[in-house]
Amino acid sequence: MSDVTRLTATEIAALVASGDASATEITQAHLDRIAAVDDRVHAFLHVDTEGALAAATAVDERRAAGEELGPLAGVPVAVKDIVATKGVPSTAASKILEGWRPPYDATIVTRMREAGLVMLGKTNLDEFAMGSSTEYSAYGPTFNPWDLSRIPGGSGGGSAAALAAYEAPLAVGTDTGGSIRQPAAVTGTVGAKPTYGGTSRYGLIAFSSSLDTPGPCARTVEDAALLHAVLAGHDPRDSTSIPQPVPDVVGAARRGASGDLTGVKLGLVREFAGEGAEPGVMAAFHDAVDALTKLGAEVVEISCPNFQYALPAYYLIAPSECSSNLARFDGVRYGLRVGDDGAKALEEVMSLTRESGFGAEVKRRIMIGTYALSSGYYDAYYGQAQKVRTLITRDFTSAFERVDVLISPTTPFVAFPLGARTADPYQMYLADLYTIPANLYGGPGISVPCGLSEGLPVGLQITAPTLADDRMYRVAAALESAIGTLTPGELS
Amino acid sequence: MAAISREEVAHLARLSRLAVTDQEIDLFAGQLDVILQAVARVGEVVAEDIPPTSHSVPLTNVLRDDVVQPCLTPEEALAGAPDAEEGRFRVPRILEEEA
Amino acid sequence: MTVTLPPYEDVVARYEPVIGLETHVELGTNTKMFCGCPTDFGGQPNTRICPVCLGLAGSLPVANKAAIEATIRIGLALNCTIATWCRFARKNYFYPDMPKNYQISQYDEPLCIDGWLDVEVDGELVRIGIERVHLEEDTGKTLHVGGATGRIHGATESLVDYNRAGIPLVEIVTKPIPGTGALAPIVARAYVTELRDVIRSLDVSDVRMEQGSLRCDVNTSLNLPGEEWGTRTETKNVNSLRSVERAVRSEIIRQASVLDAGGRIVQETRHFHEDTGDTTSGRSKETATDYRYFPEPDLVPLAPDASWVASLKESLPELPRLHRKRLQTEWGLSDLDMQSVVNAGAVELIEQTIAAGTTPEGARKWWLGELARRANETGIELAAVGASPAHVAELQRLVDEGKLNDKLARTVLEGVIAGEGTPAEIMTARGLEVVSDTGALTAAVDEAIAANPDVAEKIREGKVAAAGALIGAVMKATRGQADAKTVRELIISRLS
Repeated sequence: MSDVTRLTATEIAALVASGDASATEITQAHLDRIAAVDDRVHAFLHVDTEGALAAATAVDERRAAGEELGPLAGVPVAVKDIVATKGVPSTAASKILEGWRPPYDATIVTRMREAGLVMLGKTNLDEFAMGSSTEYSAYGPTFNPWDLSRIPGGSGGGSAAALAAYEAPLAVGTDTGGSIRQPAAVTGTVGAKPTYGGTSRYGLIAFSSSLDTPGPCARTVEDAALLHAVLAGHDPRDSTSIPQPVPDVVGAARRGASGDLTGVKLGLVREFAGEGAEPGVMAAFHDAVDALTKLGAEVVEISCPNFQYALPAYYLIAPSECSSNLARFDGVRYGLRVGDDGAKALEEVMSLTRESGFGAEVKRRIMIGTYALSSGYYDAYYGQAQKVRTLITRDFTSAFERVDVLISPTTPFVAFPLGARTADPYQMYLADLYTIPANLYGGPGISVPCGLSEGLPVGLQITAPTLADDRMYRVAAALESAIGTLTPGELS
Repeated sequence: MAAISREEVAHLARLSRLAVTDQEIDLFAGQLDVILQAVARVGEVVAEDIPPTSHSVPLTNVLRDDVVQPCLTPEEALAGAPDAEEGRFRVPRILEEEA
Repeated sequence: MTVTLPPYEDVVARYEPVIGLETHVELGTNTKMFCGCPTDFGGQPNTRICPVCLGLAGSLPVANKAAIEATIRIGLALNCTIATWCRFARKNYFYPDMPKNYQISQYDEPLCIDGWLDVEVDGELVRIGIERVHLEEDTGKTLHVGGATGRIHGATESLVDYNRAGIPLVEIVTKPIPGTGALAPIVARAYVTELRDVIRSLDVSDVRMEQGSLRCDVNTSLNLPGEEWGTRTETKNVNSLRSVERAVRSEIIRQASVLDAGGRIVQETRHFHEDTGDTTSGRSKETATDYRYFPEPDLVPLAPDASWVASLKESLPELPRLHRKRLQTEWGLSDLDMQSVVNAGAVELIEQTIAAGTTPEGARKWWLGELARRANETGIELAAVGASPAHVAELQRLVDEGKLNDKLARTVLEGVIAGEGTPAEIMTARGLEVVSDTGALTAAVDEAIAANPDVAEKIREGKVAAAGALIGAVMKATRGQADAKTVRELIISRLS
């Protein structure tokens, strides 16, 4: 058999369903690939060989017993290590959770297990998903398979790199300000942030509760849609989960793959058309817009005047919520404890634990959030940021009265070299300039490869109205049909 | 003018239970200053009549029926504890009183 | 250092107290506020916890409908306006009994606002304003080990049990209560008592102060007549109705002594001590803790619609004060008699005893007599004295049936309190039943007649009053287990 790690999830599922390959063979091939390349890529924090093979065996047994299998049964998946997995280390790439094995599964993990997906292991990320390069992982960075001297994006750089390095055909990410879409863009893969509330947050180690959204990562739009369909759906354990049917994203992706976008109106966000973006990124983007036009889409320019305040609003809301969400890591109930020498009081032990358990970026954000929520500053910072959020939502809703989806580059720049932006935290924040508005609004967004700049992938972002996730899949699949998927060279 | 002083950073660290070092305070003071000056741009928006958005989902009254669900076993509950004694989580002596 | 405290009467003649009460009520729902863990007491430590109430990373809260409804009903019973839209908020502070290091509570958007509760003090109605009623989650329990007192000071370590963490807690805050003068401590007690009865009537909590399901913090300040209200202190650890009264009184006296000496009152938390009846300083609140409240992003807003609130209003029972008025009429009691029933905490007990088949007089006689005396002597609440309404009803029935006389009934009641069983069981086990076997009784009467021929002769001559001596002899012979009236009739019939 040819190298199954090069196959799409759709192809793998078909092999398993037909019996041409067993889930066990497929899983072993991917475990072998991880063993061969992950010392260079460092996409994984934990590989669950035993669990993966057991899950694969279970799928094979179910098939042998004649049970009907789901459309992704037997397909391996890599899961970002911010998702709680029962009995399997879940660290959020932080020292403070080193070795923690949750006694429960996140809802999306349960859904994947039930669908017969095989979890290979847990992927690297910026600590607690705070970052845009995966350099803020407490366990060392992940390297971009396109160029190992460059970052794979973040926070979900591990999931994106695992796809680009053919270590997994599918991966799960979480997107708070762009952590699925931006890594997808810089690794030449597909990443979708569903509508907030469309996928359950239960079991996601919380960063910013009002923004966090788990979603699918894949090498093709159809694969992403298939995983999206497994992940999404109402969850009574998450109060913010939307009790409505999931849009038919798979059908939309297949319809889009026909390459016909006649009657579809695309809004080009004027505020994101150039300023701050690398020329190569803009060139690839404009070529893609031309391609979309050739497929029959109509492109109009749309102004979203409040988008310029999205980044500042985000960097108040997310740190504020994180300062509260991360308070529970105190060395009392689980996780790290430092300095308990029998002499020190609890307050000091807590402070030492948090001091040594958190990395610099996490500490910065906790302090910014603590500041923004303080009684004297609340109105000017957190309160004002929430008003900006309202204005950004209004920009989106009025735009969607005129167009079906909005398009922009996913990120202003291609994968940058490791270390290029760590000295100045704010420079790092700019990587999320184009992705953040969708999080503040709550609507879905997808990044799909749209070309190369200096030999590195460029992503195009499509955002859609809340609960219209299907629309973006249709456009993304159409673009993919025109441009094709991007394949990196062999790992150096 | 700096948006945040060294003393304020030290205060924030205390509030956040972070035993930061002096060097870190120096480093963070500069970095937080840059960040705070940048995010203060939200103040440019005139938003007096604008209601704040705390939740992007238009849901209300998401409630659960009052029905008992299974608990963790004591072993599961205490499995991650850095220190436990007699089925309870052990912590060093507490200086401060309850709030 | 001994400080001579001024007498209370003198203090309240010179200063005007303003009080306020914050009461926490643990709801008696089946499950916790935000997860499905049971709320029952008495389990082994850390056996009533799950990822949510243990604050495990990734877990999320979902609000308990029964707790929301109970809170709205409390608000309605307290004449509050129910918010049409409100949110939970996070109250952020680090403490090991709080699994997430924030408490899900309500801040500037409470579920119920602006109500009142009428309280009877010395026959007069006092209207206590209710500022707000809101819902939050309880904390775990911390055991301080290694110190002499079991308190936080001197302890070498602490042990935390999260079984209680997440139990729904309703906070009821009064508006400041000025103008009660010397009655302030009694008003405070009467308010908490009435509040307890209201909540109990709603059947949403067992409101037991000793068990901590009803907890009270008392705010007190003093000012000179005509001047602005003074700085207030907040007294915690007030764990009985009696303590509410004592705590207010002792804090009024303490503050006066500070002010008299030219000092100023510090805004602080104080702790009440049951044993000494005074308060000691806790944490200063001069530098107010900044809890960094913000809307809880893991929960969506609550928006009780009018029909939901109306249906909850429909479900309210007759509230205690009106209920008491009705009972007073039914039982035919004077205001004074009813007041003594209320003061003894016997309303419900008598009601239940009557429901079990006793007359109002019969029920009242036992609860306000023998049982109230026992409760007083031992310093416990009447309800906890050891006899139930069913016991009292059965006891009275045995008396009515002639199986027990008053003296025997009291002996049986002793046995009930001692936990020996039901009245009938005790009567049988101890052989206390009135001797009704006529043969045995006639024999005893004949014996007495034979032993006292002089007395018998007098009776034969018509001096019926002399029968008393023979009755006494018969009672003695039957160890008190005969009915005196029956004995008397027997004696007269034998001698006529």
